[in-house]
Amino acid sequence: MDSLLDPATAIEAVDRGLAEAGYIASRQISTAVFLAQRLDKPILVEGPAGVGKTELAKSIAAWQNIELIRMQCYEGLDEAKALYEWKYAKQLLYTQILKDKLGEVIGQTETLPAALARLHDFGDIFFSKQFVEPRPLLQALEQKDGCVLLIDEIDKADAEFEAFLLEILSDYQITIPEIGRIAAVTKPIVILTSNANRDLGDALKRRCIHLHIGFPEPRLEARIIETRVPGVASELRKKIVSFVHEVRTLDLKKLPSVSETIDWARVLLLLHTSSLSSEVVRDTLNVLLKYEVDMETVTPQVAELIDKAERAFVPG
Amino acid sequence: MLSSPASATTREPDDLLLRFFRAARGVGCRISPPESMDAMSAVAAVGYADKARLRDALLLTIAKTQEEKDALAECFDIFFKSPEPRNLEEAQEDAEAADQSAEEPGGNESEGGSEQYGELARMLMSGDRGAVQAAMTAAADAANLSEIRFFTQRGLYSSRILEMMGMAQLEDDIAAQQAAGNQPQRLMNARDGLREAVREMVNDAITLYTREGTEALRNDILRNVPLNRLERQDIERTRKLVGEMARRLRDKYNKPRRKKNRGRLDTRKTIRRNASWGGIPFITVWKQKRVDKPKIVALCDVSGSVARVAEFLLLFLYSLNEAISDIHTYAFSGRLVDVSEILDGNAIDKAMQEVMKTVGYGSSDYGKSFADFEDNFMSGVTNRTTVIILGDGRTNNLDPRTDILRRISERARRVIWLNPEPRFAWGTGDSEMPRYQPYCTFSRPCGTVRQLERVVVDLMEMDRH
Repeated sequence: MDSLLDPATAIEAVDRGLAEAGYIASRQISTAVFLAQRLDKPILVEGPAGVGKTELAKSIAAWQNIELIRMQCYEGLDEAKALYEWKYAKQLLYTQILKDKLGEVIGQTETLPAALARLHDFGDIFFSKQFVEPRPLLQALEQKDGCVLLIDEIDKADAEFEAFLLEILSDYQITIPEIGRIAAVTKPIVILTSNANRDLGDALKRRCIHLHIGFPEPRLEARIIETRVPGVASELRKKIVSFVHEVRTLDLKKLPSVSETIDWARVLLLLHTSSLSSEVVRDTLNVLLKYEVDMETVTPQVAELIDKAERAFVPG
Repeated sequence: MLSSPASATTREPDDLLLRFFRAARGVGCRISPPESMDAMSAVAAVGYADKARLRDALLLTIAKTQEEKDALAECFDIFFKSPEPRNLEEAQEDAEAADQSAEEPGGNESEGGSEQYGELARMLMSGDRGAVQAAMTAAADAANLSEIRFFTQRGLYSSRILEMMGMAQLEDDIAAQQAAGNQPQRLMNARDGLREAVREMVNDAITLYTREGTEALRNDILRNVPLNRLERQDIERTRKLVGEMARRLRDKYNKPRRKKNRGRLDTRKTIRRNASWGGIPFITVWKQKRVDKPKIVALCDVSGSVARVAEFLLLFLYSLNEAISDIHTYAFSGRLVDVSEILDGNAIDKAMQEVMKTVGYGSSDYGKSFADFEDNFMSGVTNRTTVIILGDGRTNNLDPRTDILRRISERARRVIWLNPEPRFAWGTGDSEMPRYQPYCTFSRPCGTVRQLERVVVDLMEMDRH
């Protein structure tokens, strides 16, 4: 991206680029992506499930036309799975094959120290780059054209793993004890997502731009539906969005997210629905709500909610 | 690079940001030096031209939680609000009106003396808002307004700023006019408007800059106030304080539950781990010792004055969630019931109301409650459980049933008795503390947030060695 662009144009360019990749971003999101590129900083995205945190990373990759490297975090994830591992079997195999060769080389020496010195001359052949199995983080640093590194659901990993990420987040480099420091060829765009299952450490937060994505405004959500489910008539789209908006005002265990709205719009499209009737809504409510308790809360109120949604004005 | 035509001030932008960071710390954002550097480069990247964009950039780089974002947004709005003397517009309209009326014969106010006015008076009469604003900001700078620490300094700073702007001269001008028999109403209006604007500016500065100090002071006091004498308006704040303390403890004790025990090879695990390369041990697995997270059974007296303390103890324990593996809570006054389910599902204040509804506000009967516990829930106590009893030990002269407590203490890993009364009151009147104490691993007074914190820290430390 041209760094000489003035901020307004640059942010607009981000907005447009993401839109082309099918991601309708709010002003905050575009600004965050713009700043991440300008300041070479990772973005930490927090927010409820299904508001498009992971999608953001995918869309940036699609827009910039670079690779997306995804690392899903889980409890017990360690550096052997995240960064690199030695190819033990290959090392073993090679030592077996090279055994005779080694015998030849060492055989000529007379004393043990001399043999040792000779071995030293060959260097750490078995602990070189050839025998390293790169995992997502190392892969991301090795991409020549840069990439989007998505560290998904970081809150699921252990606190120690978080600390381990700090080096890559702040300096875009990692250290492998046997080989040394490996710095990024091209700095990747790093996106971390979190569902706030646990509080992340301050050290991690300090190194990131913190973006909170909440439920979108009705107008924005209508645009998202328009992009994602193009077949839905604009009248129905407005009703879908304002209905979901009304549902979110209720006290539910799990509020329907953007992804649920999209799914619901798809279902309604498949059913050839042209308007929201209580019956259709009641039949398809299970797409929107994921808990029995929530269904029980919403079902009796469907007619009322539709009525409210009709009255609520959604511009755009 | 920093194009700032729309910026409200002509001062060094960096200085402006630094003051904004101070204000932001006051509303609870923890801004470290690298973060402030990030914020500065972010601001440099987006520029000052668009306020909404500036706000987005600061919110993205400084605030790291949703609460911080809300607080910071509010702080931003106050900070970048430019002070304006309210009466100036009127003064300007008045000036126009006066000009017109002066042309008419019999205009009631003579403007003849205008050229003898001092600088400030001329500035005010000209109705130049920009100039007045700039003068105010300059005077505020000269008076070090951002150094204000306590709200009691309001008068001091207001008068200092007005002084710097040349208030004395203005007063003289007004007095001179009055002495000459004129009634300089417009000038007096403008003076009052200016005073008000300066006062408002100082008030904003108080909101922005004193919060940090005041907040710390108030929290410090709250830590040491007996919980059952807490004022209603302080309860919410104390909840926050306890939540914050719990968060810190949780972060600390959420760390690895295993102690590395290098030196003793776990042969079985090593063989299994290395099976894929024919059992040659490339990777060694060492024996590890698990460190237990505390398992807690809490028995809380919720009668009368102890209820408030119980609420905070439970708030503390339940905020520790991941750092504690298991917690069961029983509430009692006249009888004892299991309230774990209520506490698991609800926010603590709602849950407490629910608990109160279930248990009622009766007078406490320790003997009966202990008996209830032994009959129904004793099986939940094992040699790994820490039993916490919170109560004043005032049995209303009923049988204390120390025998049950003895049996509990024999089963449990330890029994901790927390008493909201100070130690000197134990054993006075109907307090049976001295008879309960022998069966407790230890007993502590626990009436303030600070004492509460100490107890919880000790609790977390105990199983780690």
